[in-house]
Amino acid sequence: MSEQIRCSDVSLGYDGNVVTEKLNFTVNSGDYLCILGENGSGKSTLIKAILGLKPQMSGTLEWCGDVRSGEVGYLPQQTLVQRDFPASVREIVRSGCIAKCGLRPFCSRQEKKLAEDTMKQLGIEKLAGRCYRELSGGQQQRVLLARALCATRRILLLDEPVTALDPKAQLELYELIAKLNRDGITIIMVSHDINALKYATHVLHIGSHKQLFFGTRSAYAESSIGRELMRAERSEENG
Amino acid sequence: MAESIEKLKMYFAFPFVRYAFIVGLLIALCSSLLGVTLVLKRFSFIGDGLSHVAFGAMSLATVLPVMAKEFFLGLAESGQLSRRAAEIVTKLGEMNNMVIVLPVTLIAAILLLRTGQNTKIKGDAAVAMISVGALAIGYLLMNRFPTRANISGDVCSTLFGSTSILTLKEEDVWLCIIMSVIVILLFLLFYNKIFAVTFDENFMRAAGAKADAYNLLIAVVTALIIVLAMNLVGSLLISALIIFPALSAMRMFKSFRSVIICSAVISVLCAAFGIILSVLSSTPVGSTIVAADLGVFLLFSLVSSVMQKRKV
Repeated sequence: MSEQIRCSDVSLGYDGNVVTEKLNFTVNSGDYLCILGENGSGKSTLIKAILGLKPQMSGTLEWCGDVRSGEVGYLPQQTLVQRDFPASVREIVRSGCIAKCGLRPFCSRQEKKLAEDTMKQLGIEKLAGRCYRELSGGQQQRVLLARALCATRRILLLDEPVTALDPKAQLELYELIAKLNRDGITIIMVSHDINALKYATHVLHIGSHKQLFFGTRSAYAESSIGRELMRAERSEENG
Repeated sequence: MAESIEKLKMYFAFPFVRYAFIVGLLIALCSSLLGVTLVLKRFSFIGDGLSHVAFGAMSLATVLPVMAKEFFLGLAESGQLSRRAAEIVTKLGEMNNMVIVLPVTLIAAILLLRTGQNTKIKGDAAVAMISVGALAIGYLLMNRFPTRANISGDVCSTLFGSTSILTLKEEDVWLCIIMSVIVILLFLLFYNKIFAVTFDENFMRAAGAKADAYNLLIAVVTALIIVLAMNLVGSLLISALIIFPALSAMRMFKSFRSVIICSAVISVLCAAFGIILSVLSSTPVGSTIVAADLGVFLLFSLVSSVMQKRKV
C-alpha cells in the first residue's frame, strides 16, 4: 500500500472562474476510487487535472512513488470523431503503446505481443481484425480499456465508462474493471451511476463548489450524504 | 485508340510532359496521405483556407519584384540611389516564389490548427476569415501591380492551375521531388503517432506522449502539401485532391492502414488518368483530375451502399 496521488487543497476552474475548491484526497496503489458528483460539479475538470491536461488553479496535486504524472491509462468518453473512425481493433489497442515508443517510428515486437496479450485478457482477441465503428458499445469500451492497459499497468482513469451501455453490458464492464482492480491495478472511476459504488473501496463526492465527502465506502454508506443519495436512488427504483 | 496512343507517344517524347507527369503523380500521392486525418479531425476545409493563403502569398511573391522595381528605380531616378544598386535589388526580388509562399503558408497552417481547439473565433470561422481575406488581398495586389498585361489569365492560372504544370522548369521539378520525398518520409516515420493523435488526442496526452508536437507536425505537412499541390490543380481545387481520395477509401475499407493505402492508390490513378486525358483532349489538368476523383467517389459510394443492402 503506497500512495500514488496526493491531492491537497486543490482548486479547479477555468478562465478565472472557480468550479471546485479545497479538494483533499489520496489514492493508494490498489485502491478503487469512485468519484461522484452532479453535472457541472467539476468532475471533468478534476479528470483533466489528474491527467495533467490542465493545471489546477491552486493547491498541490502530487504524484508519489513510482508513478509519474502523465502515466495514466485513460478511458475517455467517446467522441464524435471516434464513432465513424475507420480503424481495426488491433490498430487501436496498439496505439496504447505509443508513449512507450518515444521517437521510434514503429512498435517493437514486445509491444505488439503486449497488445495481443491484453486483447486476450479482456476477451476481445477474436475482434482484432474487426472495424471499431461496427462493434457494440460494450465491445468498444473493452477495446479502449485494452488500449489503456497497454499504456500502463499501474493506474487507470475511467470517465463514465458505462453511459450508453445496456444493463447487461454495464454489469459485465463493472465486473471486468473489478477483476482488474483485484489484479492490483489502481482504479479511479468517475460516474454518476450509484451501481458503481458496489465495487469501490473509496468514495469522493463533490458538490457544487466544495468537496462533500472523501473516505472509505463503508464510511460513505453510513454518512448522511451517502444515505441520502442511496435513499433517493431506491425511491427512484421503486417509483 | 491507336491514334490516341500515337498522340500520347508524341507528347511523352517531350521532357516537359514527362516532368509534369512525374510531378503530378508525386503531388497526388502526397496530398492523399493526410486526407484521412484531416477529414476525421473535421479539418476538411483547412486545405481550402490554406490554399487561399498560399494564393495571397503567391500574388505577393509575383508582384514583389514589380513593386521593388518601381520603388527603387524611382529612387534611382531622383538620384538618391545609384542605378547599379537599384538593379541589384530588383534582381534579388526575382527569386523563386517558393521563398515567400512556403513560410507564409506554414505560419497560417500552424495558426489555424492551433486555434482549432479553444479560442474566441471557432475553427470554421477562423478558416473562412483567413481564406477570403487572403484571397481578397491577393487579387488586390495583382491588380494594383500587374506583372503582365493579362491579369485575369494570371489569376485564373493561380486559382485553377491551368497549364502551369506543363511549364515547369527543371529546378521546379527537383524542388517538387524533394518536397514530396520529405512529406512521404515524415508520414511514414510518424504514421503511428499520426494515427493516435487523430483517434484520441487526450489519451495520448494522458499517456505522456507529446500530442501537441504531433499536431504541429500535421499542420506543417499539410502546408507543405498545399504549396506543392498548387502547381498541379491551383488553389481552388486543392481541397478536392486532399479529401476525395480519403472519403472514397473510407466508404470501402475498415482499417486505418487499408484506408490510407487505398486513398493513395486512388489519388495516383486519378491523377495519371486526369493528366493523360487532359493531354489527349486538351482539357485543363487540374479540373480533369478532380473530376476523375469525383467519379471514383460516386462509384465507391454506389458500390458500398449496394454492399450494405446485401448484408441486411
